[in-house]
Amino acid sequence: MIRDKVAIIGMGCSKFGERWDVGFEDLALEAFNEALDDASIELKDIQAAWLATCFDEVMCGKSALPIANALKLPFIPVTRVENFCASGSEALRGAVYAVASGACDVALAIGVEKLKDTGYGGLPEFGTVMGTKNRLIFPNVTAPGAFAMLATRYFSEYGLSPEKGKEILARISVKSHHNGAMNPKAHLRREVTVEDVLKAPIIAWPLGLYDCCGVSDGAAAAIVVRAENAKEYREDPIYVKSMQISATPGEELLYKWDGVHVETTVRAAEKAYKEAGIENPRKEIDLLEVHDCFSITELVTYEDLGISPRGEAWKDVENGFFELDGEVPCQTDGGLKCFGHPIGASGIRMAYEIYKQLQGKAGKRQVEDPRIGLTHNLGGFPAMSVAAICIFGIK
Amino acid sequence: MVGIESMGIYVPKYRLDRKEIFESVGWISRNFLPGERTTANYDEDSITMAVNAAMRCEHDEVDAVFFASATMPYKERQNAEIIATALDLGSDVTTADFTGSTKAVTTALINAVNCVAAGEAKRILVCAADCRIGRPGSYLEMVSGDGAAAVVVGKEKLASIDGYQSISYDFMDTWKIDKDDLARSWEDRWIRDEGYKKFIAEAISKLLENKNVNTSEIAKVAYPCLYPRDFPRIALSLGFSQEQIQDPLITTLGNTGNAHPLIMLAAALEKVENGSKIIVASYGSGSDAVLFTAKENFPLSETTGVSKKMPYRKYLAFRELLPVEKGMRGEEVAPTPVSVLWRNRREILALVGSKCRKCGTPQYPSQRVCVACQSQDLEPYRFADKKGKIFSFTEDYLAFSVNPPAIYGIIDFEGGGRYWFDITDCEQGELKVGMPVGMSFRRRDFDPGRRVYNYFWKAVPEVRG
Repeated sequence: MIRDKVAIIGMGCSKFGERWDVGFEDLALEAFNEALDDASIELKDIQAAWLATCFDEVMCGKSALPIANALKLPFIPVTRVENFCASGSEALRGAVYAVASGACDVALAIGVEKLKDTGYGGLPEFGTVMGTKNRLIFPNVTAPGAFAMLATRYFSEYGLSPEKGKEILARISVKSHHNGAMNPKAHLRREVTVEDVLKAPIIAWPLGLYDCCGVSDGAAAAIVVRAENAKEYREDPIYVKSMQISATPGEELLYKWDGVHVETTVRAAEKAYKEAGIENPRKEIDLLEVHDCFSITELVTYEDLGISPRGEAWKDVENGFFELDGEVPCQTDGGLKCFGHPIGASGIRMAYEIYKQLQGKAGKRQVEDPRIGLTHNLGGFPAMSVAAICIFGIK
Repeated sequence: MVGIESMGIYVPKYRLDRKEIFESVGWISRNFLPGERTTANYDEDSITMAVNAAMRCEHDEVDAVFFASATMPYKERQNAEIIATALDLGSDVTTADFTGSTKAVTTALINAVNCVAAGEAKRILVCAADCRIGRPGSYLEMVSGDGAAAVVVGKEKLASIDGYQSISYDFMDTWKIDKDDLARSWEDRWIRDEGYKKFIAEAISKLLENKNVNTSEIAKVAYPCLYPRDFPRIALSLGFSQEQIQDPLITTLGNTGNAHPLIMLAAALEKVENGSKIIVASYGSGSDAVLFTAKENFPLSETTGVSKKMPYRKYLAFRELLPVEKGMRGEEVAPTPVSVLWRNRREILALVGSKCRKCGTPQYPSQRVCVACQSQDLEPYRFADKKGKIFSFTEDYLAFSVNPPAIYGIIDFEGGGRYWFDITDCEQGELKVGMPVGMSFRRRDFDPGRRVYNYFWKAVPEVRG
């Protein structure tokens, strides 16, 4: 049980976007400097660090050395982790577990991704990252395509016409754009209408352009200490209530799965609620930052997290349940939708929003008096995924 | 007596409208023929079409696989052995490529007959396929079609093989040297008068003479059509009547090269009465004429019924006759790991997964530990011949595809097992969840760095005509 053993005392988040003028090092430093300032500590105080990157081959290269070099981390233990799009949460987990164990007192988790050096839209090509055998048998799958199959299935299973289904999904994106427009660090800062979303070009049927998150460069960082030491650093540390990761043994794509949910999210959520002592997530959680890589992902995640009843999340969407002034606001910062998804950074970027909200520092986007927030960071595809769920709270 | 035990015909789903070809490139040379011709889809070649033809005949326990084609995808790496591997025939087979001419198919057939007759083999699978590409505006482009056929030579179930006559000449009507992609031809009039008309007539007349058979005893005489006006004159000059001449399918399929003699045999077997005699002759570097006696009817039209039109400009892009923009994403082809392909050859080329011996769950790809019960006792299980249903799908405009959008989906197999596959021979807007599919061997991609055509299985919606 990690509950209440560790606290976050400082966080930083770079401006996300198509940062043509900066590289991996600049993004990392932008987030890191803010986190150091926020925690009121210095470089020399960091005793261990975890770096999350995913597409290292098209940016900084492998290992922990790129971050140790960029930040000039002084010969301390530094580890690079990667778990597809859940990499950011994985780095945070490493740092949290390290201070909890007593192996060190102050640890850094930093996620950085410089995606916009490939020369084409979307994520870098998966050809070489899926393993040598899969290279020969996988369809030429992309992220939007893999998640689009979740929407195809969802519409079919719950009898939603493509028109109705796409309209529900559109509302999810409209809500996130509304929030993102108020966030100076977001990549896409423009309100959109349901009509804008519906008339956008199709990327992977039935998902259109506005059903997809942006592709951006960005970095986010967190500094953690043991809970008992947290108040030495600041008055309002944020406590880790749970950290759970679930990786699939592979049954969804090979054997049995209904295709309208993400099993790893369900499994990680069950354990996370137990760890955090949450019995009724719909009532007890005050805000969510979920992995809205695509609008459909957000829709099924409402159900997988037990916030909405199975097959009925679309009704909550229609009722504004997840909007900024709704009962459980979701993507208050604009989410992946408006931040884009620099892979390694996203999990920590979500935690950054929860951290600011719980501290009451979210400005125009501030949710009223939140006490418990959850991040959901999903790696892979619905049919083969790894899900990370973190729950944070004020003591 | 030796005969044809089983037969499978594969005609690609797509057709080129010859009028559209003429309207596009007819200004170059004024070549025109009526009707339509078959064309391989972007992910098909002679090997894939041959595998699909072979999958449509009873090819179990054959002793050898002969593959005849003038358009072998590989010059080195035996094409027949790729077919044998895709059919999961194991290593105890003799394999051989017959190539260099459009009569290679009858040469392969004759060799198979001789092997079986000599008692050296019980059953031999003879596959033939061609996918001949003519320069845009050329006569070869207009007259050719793409297709494949496979027969198992063994017992005389569909037809007996009663004799043959080979005529061989080094006649340079059409040729390619080892470095050429596209063929050259000599003057049409010379080919027609000095080669085409003479060689086929010589082969057929010598066969009739040797076998002491009269033209009136022949129900159908079949040979490829290169020149529609002169085509019937060959048989008529030998004393056959118009009714005896097998429709060469020139206005519906085109001349499918090495596949064509067997496709015409299938067409003849569809109509003639049992006991009827059929002569099939090939053409190319001479001619082979083969005499058959029909024993059973063959339902050819069931295999060629459903077709779709392919726009000529798409055909030009697919055959790389028109260099289209593929985008930077399309340049990022992962290098082919050949040793991985070898280690997993049954899994990849024959679509063999595993089935748990304990709980019976089929699973693809092959698992070391059962996904259902975690037992480590699994046996090979083939999915290539299983039907399936679309569990989910998408039409992906972001993914690189030679034919965007990339259409792929998750397929549930009858009898159990599920995996995701590219879905081919279908267009945007055609698919629905639950639609039935069959598996088809296709060219997955081309690795330009290591010069490898990669093959794998794709799902094809089962469209009933």
